[in-house]
Amino acid sequence: MKILIVIIFAFLVCQANAFRPILLLGNQNLIERTCKQTPFYDLCIWSLKSNPESRDASVKKLAQIMVDSLKTKATETLDLIDELLQDGLALDPEMQKALTSCAERYNVIIRADVPEINEALKTGDYKFAAKGANDAAIEANSCEIEFPTKSPLTDMNKVVHDVSVVAASIVKIIQTKFSF
Amino acid sequence: MADINPLLPVSSSDGSSNLTGQATCRRPIKVVVSIFFGLLTLGLFAALLIRNNGPVDYVDVHENERGSLASTAFEKAENLKPVSRGPAAGVSEKSNWAFGGDLPDYPWNNSMLSWQRTAFHFQPEKNWMNDPNGPLFYKGWYHFFYQYNPNAPVWGDIVWGHAVSKDLIHWLHLPLAMVADQWYDKNGVWTGSATILHDGKIIMLYTGSTTEGVQVQNLAYPADQYDPLLVHWVKYPRNPVLVPPPGIGPNDFRDPTTAWLTSEGKWRITIGSKINKTGIALVYDTKDFINYEMLDGLLHAVPGTGMWECVDFFPVSETENNGLETSINGHGIKHVVKASLDDDRHDYYAIGTYNDRNGTWIPDRPNIDVGIGLRYDYGIYYAAKTFYDQNKKRRVLWGWIGESDSEAADVKKGWASVQSIPRTILFDKKTGTHLLQWPVEEIDSLRLKGKEFNQVRIQAGSVVPLDIDSATQLDIIAEFKIDSDALDKATGSSDASFDCVTSGGAAERGALGPFGLLVLADERLSEQTPVYFYMTKGSDGNLKTFFCNDQSRSSKASDVDKHIYGSLVPVLRGENLSIRILVDHSIIESFGQGGRTVITSRVYPTKAIHGAAKVFLFNNATELNVTASLKTWQMNSAFIQPYPNL
Repeated sequence: MKILIVIIFAFLVCQANAFRPILLLGNQNLIERTCKQTPFYDLCIWSLKSNPESRDASVKKLAQIMVDSLKTKATETLDLIDELLQDGLALDPEMQKALTSCAERYNVIIRADVPEINEALKTGDYKFAAKGANDAAIEANSCEIEFPTKSPLTDMNKVVHDVSVVAASIVKIIQTKFSF
Repeated sequence: MADINPLLPVSSSDGSSNLTGQATCRRPIKVVVSIFFGLLTLGLFAALLIRNNGPVDYVDVHENERGSLASTAFEKAENLKPVSRGPAAGVSEKSNWAFGGDLPDYPWNNSMLSWQRTAFHFQPEKNWMNDPNGPLFYKGWYHFFYQYNPNAPVWGDIVWGHAVSKDLIHWLHLPLAMVADQWYDKNGVWTGSATILHDGKIIMLYTGSTTEGVQVQNLAYPADQYDPLLVHWVKYPRNPVLVPPPGIGPNDFRDPTTAWLTSEGKWRITIGSKINKTGIALVYDTKDFINYEMLDGLLHAVPGTGMWECVDFFPVSETENNGLETSINGHGIKHVVKASLDDDRHDYYAIGTYNDRNGTWIPDRPNIDVGIGLRYDYGIYYAAKTFYDQNKKRRVLWGWIGESDSEAADVKKGWASVQSIPRTILFDKKTGTHLLQWPVEEIDSLRLKGKEFNQVRIQAGSVVPLDIDSATQLDIIAEFKIDSDALDKATGSSDASFDCVTSGGAAERGALGPFGLLVLADERLSEQTPVYFYMTKGSDGNLKTFFCNDQSRSSKASDVDKHIYGSLVPVLRGENLSIRILVDHSIIESFGQGGRTVITSRVYPTKAIHGAAKVFLFNNATELNVTASLKTWQMNSAFIQPYPNL
């Protein structure tokens, strides 16, 4: 009887060792499960997995990584807008007007939305994280439809929009599924 | 004899017993060993299976997709339908997702943006505001505190703003009451409530977000109880007085209520929280607001409602037309439990019975329990809080009205959010199921020039302009009479699934609706906000009346909310349909049937502003003629400003 107990104990220890690789890959499961609940699965996967901090991350941390991605993409877009605006005289007035308006909106994403989302995630008042993320999507979309003809920012606006939507989805997951 | 199994203990020299002994020892060991190896094999096999079916290795993904980020992400993205935000905070799907579709013929200019600021609703001079905090009446002044961001027109860096008024309408701004200067509120001086003690002293309980982001409850009190303006506040030196109890998350513990007395003479408060997806209200008793005992039970809980924020708990009289002090209990009294649901950003209430002995409450009608039934307001309205006004013996309700435009517009105009006009709350004796909300009577003092329209006939399918001068600061009280013949003749439909929110708005014509008013409408009706009734008749002949507010054509702008708000409104036999509307630039507060159903909305027209804004009566029903009688008043500004010479 005693030997039986010792054997079973040894068995359990062995099993734990056999499962250790799964424990390490366990967080891959969390990323996949989380991204499946967002409307842009591939973008979500790529954005999270390309950040090494997603390795042991909680869902809250995944949301923060997504917001970092949003900030990066928005900053790249704003840089491009500034570049285009520097063409100055070469731009027709409507294009100039649209670009200026877009610059305003992207400034709001970077200087208002992102800090709002980060503070809300940190303190756990998640509805304001959702608000900031949803608004970033609106700003990107509003920028895109400012252009009367061809927009030079379509691809980038789409990325910023979609990343925002993913961030908002992850916040929703935190709100509705997790206590901590 | 050779030892067959070298692992076994050496047997004794006794013959028969040896044989038996050896056999008994060997069998269990064989069994155990085979079980062990069997389980091990099974386990390893299972591990292998899981590993193979598991996610792709981290490194592979990184290498494959890095180079082709843009195209891969977009190709896949375009195949997926973009998702609009939920009703409470969303922009209409139809107007938003046309990349290169709707072309705005405006940008937000200063004229449009500056027009949006309200004239007689409470708002700070600039920047962001949210929840009402600690409202109270003390030494001749009404006090109002609020969540405030001193640095930006978005939520963040939250502190307590403060203002005073003699009449709940004309407010004077005071310095910030509390800032984030302690470790226990460093990350936010959040929502709280005031309690007035036996000796008239005031204490404030509020939530602090600590340096670690944990939600705790703190005690504060006026620095000088003889200062009627209560300008300076002191925090109890040994805060926090409450931390999240076991089983409650560090981010699920906030917004303590005003305290009420138990029959044992202790003070009792409730704090909203959640356990998994069940919204709950925790209960604490205290004698000194410093030491607390948590009751074993909850005040109440409703599964599936998520986190309960800004819980409020108060008595209402079933018979009298006055408010009740928070500690009152007894015959002819019901208690209201209210919660702001974090998940859908709406305020819900339910009427029920409070048991003082065990600190619990049961709804009268569990099918319309807290979070699944009635709302204070079917538009933009959140974090509401009541207080007992001992000055006029009424219970007064404050509610935070956020913006429904883009944050870029908020940044441009430099502010965001207003408060509703304070409302009195009464139990609706006639229905027995609803509360009645009505703007405090002091608002009437803002009425200037009035105009009356009697028995205006509005035929089916018509629009009648109202000749009033300015239409951006208005108080309108309207009554609608309907032909009872038309109601009887209308055929009942078994498709009784109308809902303001999912309907086609005021453009969707029904036999018995919609009809009502168009506010903030320009002459050509290119922009308009209908506030209206829509009646349906079921196959059983029963009439239902809906009260709605349609934002779908409220503005040419594409980055504002375009949803339709509203709900059923109970209409009793013999009652005419009545609406009161307060129009104050970008806010519309509408009250149906004396405040049984209320809708607040934020509207941001680009054309129907300043002198171009007009009001119309309309009737878009197909089988109903309507007669309207109404009074309209121009409303004066409340001249809300800093307290002079402070």
